[in-house]
Amino acid sequence: MPTSLAHTWYMTLRQLRNLMRQPWYIALTLFQPIIYLLLFGALFAKVVEIPGFGSASYISFLAPGVVVMTALFSAGWTGMGMVNDLDRGVMDRFLITPVRRGALMMGTLVQLAVVIVIQAAIILGLALLRGASFPGGLAGVAVVVLAAILLAAPFGALSNGVALLVRKEETVIAAVNFVLLPLIFLSGVFMAQSLMPHWMQSVARVNPVNWAVTAGRAAVGASVDWGVVWSRLGLLAGFALVCALLATQAFRVYQRSI
Amino acid sequence: MTEAIGVEGLVKIYPKGVTALDGVSFDVREGTIFGLLGPNGAGKSTTVKILTTLSRPDAGLARVAGADVVRHAHRVRRSIGAVAQKSGVDREATGRENLMLQGHLYGIDGGTLRARVGELLNRFGLAEAADRVARTYSGGMQRRLDIAMGLVHRPSVLFLDEPTTGLDPAVRADMWQMIAGLAADEGLAILLTTHYLEEADRLAARLAILERGRVAAEGTPEGLKAELRGDAVHVELTETPHDGRVQAALRPVPGVREVVVDGRALRARADDGARAVPAVLQSLEAGGLAVDSVTVARPSLDDVYLRYTGRRFGDAAEASPNGKDPALATAR
Repeated sequence: MPTSLAHTWYMTLRQLRNLMRQPWYIALTLFQPIIYLLLFGALFAKVVEIPGFGSASYISFLAPGVVVMTALFSAGWTGMGMVNDLDRGVMDRFLITPVRRGALMMGTLVQLAVVIVIQAAIILGLALLRGASFPGGLAGVAVVVLAAILLAAPFGALSNGVALLVRKEETVIAAVNFVLLPLIFLSGVFMAQSLMPHWMQSVARVNPVNWAVTAGRAAVGASVDWGVVWSRLGLLAGFALVCALLATQAFRVYQRSI
Repeated sequence: MTEAIGVEGLVKIYPKGVTALDGVSFDVREGTIFGLLGPNGAGKSTTVKILTTLSRPDAGLARVAGADVVRHAHRVRRSIGAVAQKSGVDREATGRENLMLQGHLYGIDGGTLRARVGELLNRFGLAEAADRVARTYSGGMQRRLDIAMGLVHRPSVLFLDEPTTGLDPAVRADMWQMIAGLAADEGLAILLTTHYLEEADRLAARLAILERGRVAAEGTPEGLKAELRGDAVHVELTETPHDGRVQAALRPVPGVREVVVDGRALRARADDGARAVPAVLQSLEAGGLAVDSVTVARPSLDDVYLRYTGRRFGDAAEASPNGKDPALATAR
């Protein structure tokens, strides 16, 4: 096994082990999305009656969006673990071993992907119980999860990068609230894109959150436009690669500052 | 014997222009313990961070195990083990998991690694606690795990940054025995930083006194003490004297030098302490300075520190790292 793959594997194992010892963490990340899915879903159930909304059931419309939103927030909190490792000297200890910097980054992102799979299963299961239907079937659901992971990876990497640069939990929390919340409302998570104000539609077109929502929602629909799905997934993958490479450079900046 | 660590003119300037290291040089030979002694903020941890490739120097050269720490950081990393001041144990993982992960990162796998981890757990008295998460360990156990983690890959140079800070005295004594054993049994070169004089005196074959980013003195503990030539005379006065009164009173006494007054305490050096005491007492009384007590001692590292830095070690340790020192009246 090449060194960087082996290192990524061991770093992922460490992350997953820690996750298994505190499974309530996943429950905690699910509280808000479930409120959105159930209460927001019920509150705005009639929104589908607006001409041009283009969907018959709001809960079916909302569920992929909530999966994407949940993944995005989990990604945002990734840096908290990094701050903790930096505070406790665990990261410094890794940095003086021959470990690849990319593996330190990837370990947290693979763990994030596992968390997202579990979150998505719970959210989509709950949506089905509330009467949602996903004509796109399992393949469609897989695309929702993939899109959520491809969206979470770059934001998780950036969150780690911010953590390495500022080393303060408060800053990570601020970044999550100031950046991620607006991105969610500037996307089609809650509302059909065609009904957004014109300027919002323009922003949404370059918003990665919207790429993920569009791909996921298209894939679970009745007649899937795979061109739309693959183009958005491709954009997300490119964005993820750029952010991961950029964020890995933060290790160098961190080491220069100590 | 060959060199394990070679440091020449190391300079480190932090953002905002704080000079942490201002031209530090020293050498550490293979298989010996070298003590880096100094108060907080003297530059000990910064030196360790640079030598362990965590941080980069702004100038100067450093070689560890024959490789340059900047240009060949990767080679250095394979030869060193380190225990940082603030630990590096993953508290959510067990002792065994911590050790296994460390081994995997150095490319050790399978049975070789399992055997090495088992051996270290036994050696450091952690076998019973091996499968408990490190969060439940006592301070002493965590330190031992920390050191074991630094040894998994059999390094040739070990860095211990204040290994006994925060441990209670009994645990500290155990730790000293263990550290001394590591150098003796495994032929490890150990760079130990400490702000305990006694620790440096007990463990280090050679030591450097670091003071505000510079090496103030370097040598063997015995050599440094011997250089002081003579005994330390400590006099406690009944009240704080006016500036210069003590120096004026003692100037005529032959063989007494390096008079330092700090509050009511007076420290001086004399070729033959016992013989100098009557004359010292007489001169002080004559100068109107009443004496509470007087002691004569063979030189200690504390005296070495005083001699080279102009302040007492305890005072320096309490002083804030940004250089505000207690006012001292010094006369040489």
